[in-house]
Amino acid sequence: MKIHEYQGKQLFRAAGVAVPEGIVARTPAEAAQAFETLGGSLAVVKSQIHAGGRGKGTFQEYPEQRGVVLVRSAEEARQNAERMLGSTLVTIQTGSEGKQVNTLFVEQGLDIARELYLGIVVDREVGGPVLIMSSEGGMEIEQVAHESPEKILSEPFDAAAGLYPYQARKLAYALGLDGAAVRSAEKFLPRICRFFVDADCSMTEINPLIVTSDGQLVALDAKVSFDDNALFRHKDLVELRDLSEEDPAEVRAADTGLSYVKLEGNIGCLVNGAGLAMSTMDLIKLHGGEPANFLDVGGGASEEQVTEAFRIILADSNVQAVLVNIFGGIMRCDVIVAALLNAYEKVGFNVPLVVRLEGTNVEQARQMLEASGRDIITATDLTDAAEKVVQSLNV
Amino acid sequence: MSILVSRSTRVITQGITGKTGLFHAQQCRAYAAECQPGADVFVGGVTPGKGGTTVDDFPVFNSVIEAREKTGANTSMVFVPPPFCADAILEAADAGMELIVAITEGIPVMDMLRVRRGLERSSSRLIGPNCPGVITPGIAKIGIMPGYIHRPGTIGIISKSGTLTYEAAWQLGRVGLGQSTAVGIGGDPINGTNYIELLKMFQDDPGTEGILLIGEIGGNAEQEAAEYIRSSVTKPVAGFIAGQTAPPGKRMGHAGAIISGGGGTAAEKMAALREADVVVSDSPGGMGEAMQTAMAR
Repeated sequence: MKIHEYQGKQLFRAAGVAVPEGIVARTPAEAAQAFETLGGSLAVVKSQIHAGGRGKGTFQEYPEQRGVVLVRSAEEARQNAERMLGSTLVTIQTGSEGKQVNTLFVEQGLDIARELYLGIVVDREVGGPVLIMSSEGGMEIEQVAHESPEKILSEPFDAAAGLYPYQARKLAYALGLDGAAVRSAEKFLPRICRFFVDADCSMTEINPLIVTSDGQLVALDAKVSFDDNALFRHKDLVELRDLSEEDPAEVRAADTGLSYVKLEGNIGCLVNGAGLAMSTMDLIKLHGGEPANFLDVGGGASEEQVTEAFRIILADSNVQAVLVNIFGGIMRCDVIVAALLNAYEKVGFNVPLVVRLEGTNVEQARQMLEASGRDIITATDLTDAAEKVVQSLNV
Repeated sequence: MSILVSRSTRVITQGITGKTGLFHAQQCRAYAAECQPGADVFVGGVTPGKGGTTVDDFPVFNSVIEAREKTGANTSMVFVPPPFCADAILEAADAGMELIVAITEGIPVMDMLRVRRGLERSSSRLIGPNCPGVITPGIAKIGIMPGYIHRPGTIGIISKSGTLTYEAAWQLGRVGLGQSTAVGIGGDPINGTNYIELLKMFQDDPGTEGILLIGEIGGNAEQEAAEYIRSSVTKPVAGFIAGQTAPPGKRMGHAGAIISGGGGTAAEKMAALREADVVVSDSPGGMGEAMQTAMAR
């Protein structure tokens, strides 16, 4: 689960991690008021969407308007907010359709001496969390990793013990910090690492992490995502979820216990098991088709789930054929076919449906499909299924 | 011969009073009874607070240590729900279970980090979590895979995925190959046993003549496995990687199946395996043939 920058910063503040003063604004008047309340001569108005690249992004409605702007008066804050609120911001991460901006975050301007990068993730190979820092603040970390990997510092830390002060100093000196900035890092870095562990984050990224001219580390950005599997113990964090930032079909699928990811192609697929579902997409592509989605109905696949899965697939107007690939294990094929036939009836198909079944009670299931009299194309194995579904597009 | 599961395996089920735990304990017991008539392989279960009762003739104990003392179990199959599962795994390790097979999906990553730490101090081996389990066809299965699709034979399977492993076993069957042991290592980013440890076991197992490695996008465990195969595995290896068409930044069902920062793609994993002389199938429909090709070399 991802959250907005302003929400991340509220959590940072509560964890003792320094952030600039900032105020949320949902109307142009609130943006102007926020500038007054902050009381400085400079403020930053920042669009709140989950995607990154906001500073360089522009609005569909106002091609000259950037997603993050510096303003020097309340009136300037108001004018910018008027253009930004309700408009569609397109960034490198949103795709061409962009994201509507409903919330702004107005922050005090700070005196920046240096810009650094900070990221924390769980490293699979290390088997624990790793604090990643770089002197190249403001740049995409992947780009730095590619162009100058020597500038990336990685410090694994113990999830239970946290980051030790000596580790913070080690990083600070390696980044060329001195004096007050090293002392600031000794507090800032262990606290952000503690936050990462305590909140069950899957990623925390601060880019840029700034050093002010008086040697204080301050989080100028906050990109935070949480481990979905741990949300059961963070009721307060669940409340920060913004459904308008998520794909409606993916949300709907998740509510039914399905795992669904929309893709660009025209062949919908319904599969049991994540690995087999990914493989089915690959298979379609190998035979010259394009998968429209990833969809895992899970090990169980009840009639209700299969029905909802069909509805989600067919709601995608790109879909011109559907491939069902089921390997019945403990779940019997005949049970799945019963669900399939009922769902077929309820949903109403107007595109070709290819079904490949294997596993427990497969013969009985095939007979059921045949006896149904439905216009369903059956396939004997994976390759046969892929060929038939791709062919069905050309009929 | 086989790895992990043998005729001396005795299993307790943690979470046996839950619906799923009981169902699979029954399925596993039936499979073992068919393979080893007269032997009592699935000897009971554990649910704290329900000790002293029985469910479908399985004795239930309050703790793993008690279950071990009373039944002589050396293996635990874990179906405990995610919020309590890490604790259950650590309890099994503390009680001296040699093998712990965790089927549960959805354990928080931070919990698994604690489990990994805890296991460093024990001699227990963890398989999973979020996996179908382990089967040695003709001996016993510890997990949720259907027994009948697996045939005794000489191929060792190592896989991150459940149904894709069934598909692989079925395809192997079509080209006349059975399995020594099939192991699901699970689709989570942090797990117990990795490819390399299992490759080593299969390499050392006289009953295994070839290995089928099934991977997926995310992380670089497959690349490390490729490096190990190149340096230390002399038996023929075939492979398949799921997720060639997966978009970056999106989790594909499994918690660990995500291409992040441009890394962990299927293409780089396939290339690494090919460089290690593994016969890699582009198509999930070609896993059986790839294994056959590797064996014929």
